[in-house]
Amino acid sequence: MKITIARAMLGVAVAVGFSAAASAKTLVYCSEGSPEGFNPSLYTAGTTFDASSRQIYNRLVEFERGTTKIVPALAESWDVSSDGLVYTFHLRKGVKFQTTKNFKPSRDFNADDVVFSFNRQLRTDHPYHKVSGGGYEYFNAMDMPNLLKSVEKIDDYTVRFTLNVPEAPMIANLAMDFASILSAEYADKMLAAGTPEKVDLDPVGTGPFQLVAYQKDAVIRYKAHPDYWAGKAKIDNLVFSITPDAAVRYAKLRANECQVMPYPNPADLDAMRKDSDINLLEQEGLNVGYLAFNTEKKPFDNKLVRKAINFAIDKKAIIDAVYLGAGVPAKNPIPPTIWSYNDDVQDYRYDPVVAKALLKAAGYPNGFETDLWAMPVQRPYNPNARRMAEMMQADLAKVGIKAKIVTYEWGEYLKRSKQGEHQMILLGWTGDNGDPDNFMYVLLGCAAAKGANRARWCYKPFNDLLVEAKRTADVAKRTELYKKAQVVFKEEAPWFTIAHSVVFVPVRKSVVDYRIDPFGGHVFYGVDLKQ
Amino acid sequence: MLQFFLRRVSLVIPTFFGVTLLTFALIRLVPGDPIELLVGERGIDPARHAMLRAELGLDKPLLAQYAIYISDVLQGDLGKSIVTKEPVLSEFLTLFPATIELSLCAIVFALLLGLPAGIIAGVKRGSAFDHTVMGVSLTGYSMPIFWWGLLLMLYFSVYLGWTPVSGRISVMYWVEPVTGFMLIDSLLSDDKGAFISALSHLVLPSIVLGTIPLAVIARMTRSAMLEVLSEDYVRTARAKGVPPFQVITVHALRNALIPVITVIGLQVGVLLAGAILTETIFAWPGIGKWLIESVNRRDYPSVQGGVLLVAVVVITVNLIVDLLYGLINPRIRYAR
Amino acid sequence: MTAIPTETTPGAVAPPHPIREFWSYFSENKGAVAGLVVFVTVVFVAVFANLIAPHPPDVQYRDHLLTPPFWQTGGSVEFLLGTDAVGRDILSRIMHGARYSLIIGLIVITLSLTVGIGLGLIAGFFRGVVEIAIMRAMDILLSLPGLLLALVIVAILGPGLFNAMFAIAVVYLPHLVRLTRAAAIAERSKDYVTASQVSGAGLLRLMVITVLPNCMAPLIVQATLSFSTAILDAAALGFLGMGAQPPTPEWGTMLAEAREFVQRAWWVVTFPGLAILVTVLALNLLGDGLRDALDPRLKR
Repeated sequence: MKITIARAMLGVAVAVGFSAAASAKTLVYCSEGSPEGFNPSLYTAGTTFDASSRQIYNRLVEFERGTTKIVPALAESWDVSSDGLVYTFHLRKGVKFQTTKNFKPSRDFNADDVVFSFNRQLRTDHPYHKVSGGGYEYFNAMDMPNLLKSVEKIDDYTVRFTLNVPEAPMIANLAMDFASILSAEYADKMLAAGTPEKVDLDPVGTGPFQLVAYQKDAVIRYKAHPDYWAGKAKIDNLVFSITPDAAVRYAKLRANECQVMPYPNPADLDAMRKDSDINLLEQEGLNVGYLAFNTEKKPFDNKLVRKAINFAIDKKAIIDAVYLGAGVPAKNPIPPTIWSYNDDVQDYRYDPVVAKALLKAAGYPNGFETDLWAMPVQRPYNPNARRMAEMMQADLAKVGIKAKIVTYEWGEYLKRSKQGEHQMILLGWTGDNGDPDNFMYVLLGCAAAKGANRARWCYKPFNDLLVEAKRTADVAKRTELYKKAQVVFKEEAPWFTIAHSVVFVPVRKSVVDYRIDPFGGHVFYGVDLKQ
Repeated sequence: MLQFFLRRVSLVIPTFFGVTLLTFALIRLVPGDPIELLVGERGIDPARHAMLRAELGLDKPLLAQYAIYISDVLQGDLGKSIVTKEPVLSEFLTLFPATIELSLCAIVFALLLGLPAGIIAGVKRGSAFDHTVMGVSLTGYSMPIFWWGLLLMLYFSVYLGWTPVSGRISVMYWVEPVTGFMLIDSLLSDDKGAFISALSHLVLPSIVLGTIPLAVIARMTRSAMLEVLSEDYVRTARAKGVPPFQVITVHALRNALIPVITVIGLQVGVLLAGAILTETIFAWPGIGKWLIESVNRRDYPSVQGGVLLVAVVVITVNLIVDLLYGLINPRIRYAR
Repeated sequence: MTAIPTETTPGAVAPPHPIREFWSYFSENKGAVAGLVVFVTVVFVAVFANLIAPHPPDVQYRDHLLTPPFWQTGGSVEFLLGTDAVGRDILSRIMHGARYSLIIGLIVITLSLTVGIGLGLIAGFFRGVVEIAIMRAMDILLSLPGLLLALVIVAILGPGLFNAMFAIAVVYLPHLVRLTRAAAIAERSKDYVTASQVSGAGLLRLMVITVLPNCMAPLIVQATLSFSTAILDAAALGFLGMGAQPPTPEWGTMLAEAREFVQRAWWVVTFPGLAILVTVLALNLLGDGLRDALDPRLKR
């Protein structure tokens, strides 16, 4: 009895609610988790960036929606000095900050805001450096404290970044979420009022949506920033409904309780394709899953052995069984969506006979024993490492290699593998800024050979190509260098490249022009709702 | 009476300290480095890692960490979450009302159905009704509640569309969080639709969470009724010609309810444990869900603080129940 | 409990053998008998799963992914209850899963009974500081909700079936300790114990041989109920990813793996849950029947 009355009244209530808001367009996004906070420079999780930088803030440069191409945003143009050490940005005029319950801006965006946003992270003596616990992880991870010498205001609409060493990917770094621009005026006001943490709890940015309210772990509400410099968003209200379970998200999508959802269950993809109310969007992710060989340990210091293993594993079977079709075979360490991807590179085919021959030539006619590390958690580039390891183990056994599957708790796994305890390890990487350097230098460069470079591979010809590509800002030249590097990589085979996973985003048919972000983000400016 | 009260309260204090020691030790033993988890595949250079450890106080000897922890706790500072950097106590207090609301509705559901069912089953012992009640409650007691919740959601929310799928209220309503209890806040907000929405969102989770307490209360009430109904004074009342309804309500019920009250108090622990599963399934933003996520993320301070606070709640409720029981039953008060 | 010789009272009828007596009370409770039958069936299935299951539990039939049960379109009698996402037969997995559930119950009650009874007897006999220390420790354990405590313990030891069982045993400890202590205190003051003491029985003999057998009735009932709750709690831990790890066909783990299919393939979710329900229900009926039959106060 309770239920039928509730149902009837709910129906009436929803109708009333909707008709009252009929003129205002509200898009509901079923988010997969709660944001850690609202200042993107303090955190590293994609969920947090979805809730903060991608809606509330802008950066000096940004990635064109749905691509990895860099376009001007708060900076209209920029010049790079010939030695690559000085970047001068010319800022956009007439950009207005949001007006919230704590703050009404008295001036437009200018150089002070840029200087504040970067110096807060760069200078340990900055009054805001320790606010909200400090810890600018991404800023540090991209090595900005070592790269960036200073950020200075030249005049109200010109800012100069001086680097310590030339770093061509710097422009791409400035498009990343941690480089979002905060309001210096708001910061000063809050510092004077003795409540500096409000800058991070009640955010004020220049972005297309402003935060209205956050109900912890439940709902985030935004409304369109009426004076957004690129034009007010087509959606009036944006709501994040936090729903951690993928099956529940799907149920809500079907019930039109939300219109966009991330990370569907692979099992539901078929049903989504057949559903006439749902559009299943898909795109290759900016990631790569790989099996790395610890080149510091025998027999993986022998190139023939590494090549043999590349021939011995059935890549297609793995993609079918583990990715359930939601993956494309990887042949290069960078995904196809990144510029300078070398499609001419020939991948190793599946051929156990050749594998055995190579092993024999390398001096291991009867194979050998090794370990095979598999992670215990699901990652964007690998939905089930355990299952994958079992399949690889079976393939390797056919050529005489006995692999023992090893796993640790995720934090332990990362820590121990960084110290090089492994022989063969499954891992992967999701790109930060769309620059090939972000994959190849971080994962395969000599500088990382004792850390993130799990193959612990330091090969001078390869490294030299990467270092040269860092020095010049000429994209054509860099493309040439990276293409060569990929050829070298394939020949030396420090990895068995597995797959780039495909990202699926189901949206309701009423959603217009939603584009999948290669970085795994969810951007709602430019999206419209048909009513 | 005062002596009894003081004695019971004094027992609580060592228990409380024991709990702090237990949670502190347990959490420290959990493997996994929270800093490594935060940075992921990218890794972090050892110098910075050491610096972050020092900042979080993780590099001091364990005993020193515990001493700092205890002194902070006694001042009400339960530390800051490693993930959100917000004070643990304020995170807990923000989310706790949601769990309380859900638990209260679950208990109300369990009482509304369980008490009458148990009473009637006890009165009509051996009847078809009695067997049905016993059977149904035993089934409810034997079910994995996460499975039950999934099935109910699948059938009523997805297939029939009668109840909403998850959350506390439809996202179409904005309700100012005055008390943290959605039912009260939605009434205060003059939006009739909001109240109905909040109520409809409570239906399935309360049923799921309340299933086990329902079963326990029904059975307990029935057996308490049976015991009381076979007592001499009831027989006397019947012999005196007191109408059966009065026999039950005036004479039997009062004494039968005593053990039932104790049982309700004991259900707090069950409710909080059940809340972990129910909140996960229905995306209910309460402390159960928060605790699970904190364990997975190795957010030491949150797990420590959360577990401690939950223990405090359980201890407090047990204390109140004990005192109430002592109040009602003089034999307990004067027992050695 | 030996039968009293009857030659002294000629003409009197010999009292029934205790087991007979127990059975007559027990069998009056139809539910309990049904529970016993079901439980014995589950044990049978578990023991002979190898022989009676139609397929091995871990073989993946790649052409039969997610086939529905045989009575639905697309189903086949080859896979009576359908298959899961990697093509494994659900009926066979459930049958093999019975083994895990029984092992879970057995190990949990063995662990918690041995330690619990030990601690309870010590507390009940030694009294004083020892008793207070033990009972305070149990109070501390009791102030944390069971699932939460088990969760934290498993998080420490690492996910896995044995660690889950250990954690659950720790959670059940306080109840058993309390029960044993109360029974020990009650029995300790009785005459037969004093008699034994006077005739020189040592403490250990007193505890284990004299007193313990007389406390067994409530302990047996509690053990049966713990058996069933252990299965539920292990399933809950498995569901949260902290119990048995895939591809183990433990029922709770099967539910965890199946959660993502709840809208596409209802049978992957329903049948393991039903298996848990039926087994636990049978055990609870059994436990109820045992309690009624063993508890002298309820004898009519």
